[in-house]
Amino acid sequence: MTAIDSPVLTADGTPLKASLRRALRREKARAFLLVAPLLLFVLLTFIAPIADMLFRSVENGIVHDTIPRTVQALRNWEPEESGAPGDDVFEAFYTDMVFAVERKSHTRLGSRLNYERTGLASLFRKSGRRVGKFDTKDYADAFKALDPAWEDPATWDVLAGSEAASLPRTASAHATWLEAVQADGSDPLEEEPWDVLYAALYADLMQAPAGGFGNPLLNDAQSAAAQLEPVSLSEQFGAIDEDWLDPEVWRTIQTYAARYTPGYFLNSVDLKLTAGGVQYRDEGDRIYILLFGRTLYMSLVITISCILLGYPVAFLLANLPLRTANILMILVLLPFWTSLLVRTSSWKVLLQQQGVINDILVALRIVDDASRLILINNQTGTIIAMTHILLPFMILPLYSVMKTIPPTYVRAAKSLGATDWTAFWRVYFPNSVPGIGAGSVLVFILAIGYYITPELVGGTRGVFISNRIAYHISSSLNWGLAAALGTILLFAVLILYWTYDRIVGIDNVKLGG
Amino acid sequence: MSGLPPYASFTQKLWHYAFRVICGVVFFFLIAPIIVIIPLSFNAEDFFTFTPEMLALDPDGYSLKHYNDFFTNPDWQQAMWNSIRIAPMATLLSVSFGTLAAIGLSQPHVPFRRAIMAMLISPMIVPLIISAAGMYFFYSRIGLQGSYWGVVLAHAALGIPFVIITVTATLVGFDRSLTRAAANLGANPVTTFAKVQMPLILPGVISGGLFAFITSFDEVVVVLFVGSAGQKTLPWQMFTGLREQISPTILAVATILVTVSVVLLATIEILRRRSERLRGMSPG
Repeated sequence: MTAIDSPVLTADGTPLKASLRRALRREKARAFLLVAPLLLFVLLTFIAPIADMLFRSVENGIVHDTIPRTVQALRNWEPEESGAPGDDVFEAFYTDMVFAVERKSHTRLGSRLNYERTGLASLFRKSGRRVGKFDTKDYADAFKALDPAWEDPATWDVLAGSEAASLPRTASAHATWLEAVQADGSDPLEEEPWDVLYAALYADLMQAPAGGFGNPLLNDAQSAAAQLEPVSLSEQFGAIDEDWLDPEVWRTIQTYAARYTPGYFLNSVDLKLTAGGVQYRDEGDRIYILLFGRTLYMSLVITISCILLGYPVAFLLANLPLRTANILMILVLLPFWTSLLVRTSSWKVLLQQQGVINDILVALRIVDDASRLILINNQTGTIIAMTHILLPFMILPLYSVMKTIPPTYVRAAKSLGATDWTAFWRVYFPNSVPGIGAGSVLVFILAIGYYITPELVGGTRGVFISNRIAYHISSSLNWGLAAALGTILLFAVLILYWTYDRIVGIDNVKLGG
Repeated sequence: MSGLPPYASFTQKLWHYAFRVICGVVFFFLIAPIIVIIPLSFNAEDFFTFTPEMLALDPDGYSLKHYNDFFTNPDWQQAMWNSIRIAPMATLLSVSFGTLAAIGLSQPHVPFRRAIMAMLISPMIVPLIISAAGMYFFYSRIGLQGSYWGVVLAHAALGIPFVIITVTATLVGFDRSLTRAAANLGANPVTTFAKVQMPLILPGVISGGLFAFITSFDEVVVVLFVGSAGQKTLPWQMFTGLREQISPTILAVATILVTVSVVLLATIEILRRRSERLRGMSPG
């Protein structure tokens, strides 16, 4: 036995390798345990909300949840067929609408579909008021006259259980009816059956083979139903509004019936989903491409102005003696630390037509009193204020890169005969490019997601995509579209951030110089 | 750059001074908007510009009426108290979770360090409007929207990256043999942390906390969506004031906030120097 063959053992006799591995594992576990609470916290308070937003940008359950029977019935309807769908669709839609109105969810569905086809919101609202007063009351009266048992909710309860297979519509309508009545807080055994149940029963009886029921009550009802004057539901809906007979309306419902839709994303880039495929929106509705373009363009202008203003300052700071530079640095850090709203309000005050800047210009006779400059509530205002707000984010990374350029490089270039300009342009500037890159990406990332400043000084022409997102969340309540716009913006930022990470590295993010 | 050589040509001299003038203009652009609101906030009139009395340095042109309004108007007072109730709580949460995690992250062996780091830093990267939108959707699902704790949790999440960054930066220079020495002398991990590690990283923790505090104190986009009227903070009130009827009280508030940020800036700078001295990274 030689020392080389046998494994090295620790004092307690376990092999050293295993012991070290265990120690490493324990150390890893301890490090992870320290990080875990925060990870969980961020996951719940931040990552989950972002995931929720991504989910909402494609989620479209509302059509399916509000009018499930109609969605089912529309599956068999060919959109190419001219004219409105058949009575089976209207029957399903009638049942769905009655319950949707009871839950008051029809207006929400209307506003959802209104994003895709203008006019549907008012159509649904209007129909909601009338759908309870359809001529289907005739069916109810006829059945009740035939046998008083039909007035008893217990009859329906029994039939929906025992005859569910032969009365599918009735059974499903009855189930939803029970939910609706219970949600209302009433006793289902006391509530008088609604007209919609009789309509469903009528439809079921007309579909079933004559006299095929085991229950005499149903056979009687069936023969009575055959004598009844049929109520055309498509006519009833048509009487509310002609639009219900327009196949385009039904095509829209059919197109947006799916639980998940690319519709919001298409909307974000001025496209829309139609039965015939993806199409451009009407000329007047195309605003998002313009808005994305404007956001990018203005962010670019802001970034470039930050480079132009920040570069000389960073250069000066990096080349002055440390003591002087530190004092001048305060002039950069103070704006950096001052509340964003303070700076925005200050610009709002300065840039007004009766504000300080215009007053000075008038006093210096540069501008006539009658023709004061309009510096606010337009793109100029946004660009000036945002350049001021984001300038420290350009100066700080530029400064830290310039600090690392050895002054000997420029001196060497000069001693080799370069003029001041050549020495700067061929030697110093290329060395400072990483700083420009880092600062630009940082400023650009911050600029494209800005909300407060454009909202306050941008007017209508100086706003960004983020203002539109806020508008859709709080005013138009089109959350899906807001989520889709946000998702696009988020991915743009993540790509830029990835670039930033490649140039600078996340670990090198420094705060306040 | 610092000095001009005696043999400098005329163009060099011209450029030297022109360059300083350009830099001076940029510095002016940076600082003037912040300075100018201070005298304007003492305006005796409800104007947003210098009145002839003010320019003549007439004492009648100045008054404290806008400050008076700030301290007596219930809207502003309510907003101020809301800010004071929200920001420290959010800071407390971010600092306690953040410091713990930063210590964990600075251990030599952390599984998935890069991914974890990216996730913890993300609240700083994602544009506020997107965080606000996501939080609004998600918090209304779980019933936190419009509540005090909803705003506190949201602000804590936004402050965490700052704590992580400053504390990990302090820990980079931390001499690990100190904790080993403490353990060797019989201290248990808790004592080691409290008596040895914490005092050394305290400057980083405090400045991270100040960053988190100012993030929450200044934040308006998220609170606008996640909060309800009951959580109206100072920036929110300023935002409403600027958007609807702009009143000169805003300038008084702005001046107060500038003073607060000057104090915070000075504190952070002092802490940074102290931390560098403690870690022996600079002669002080």
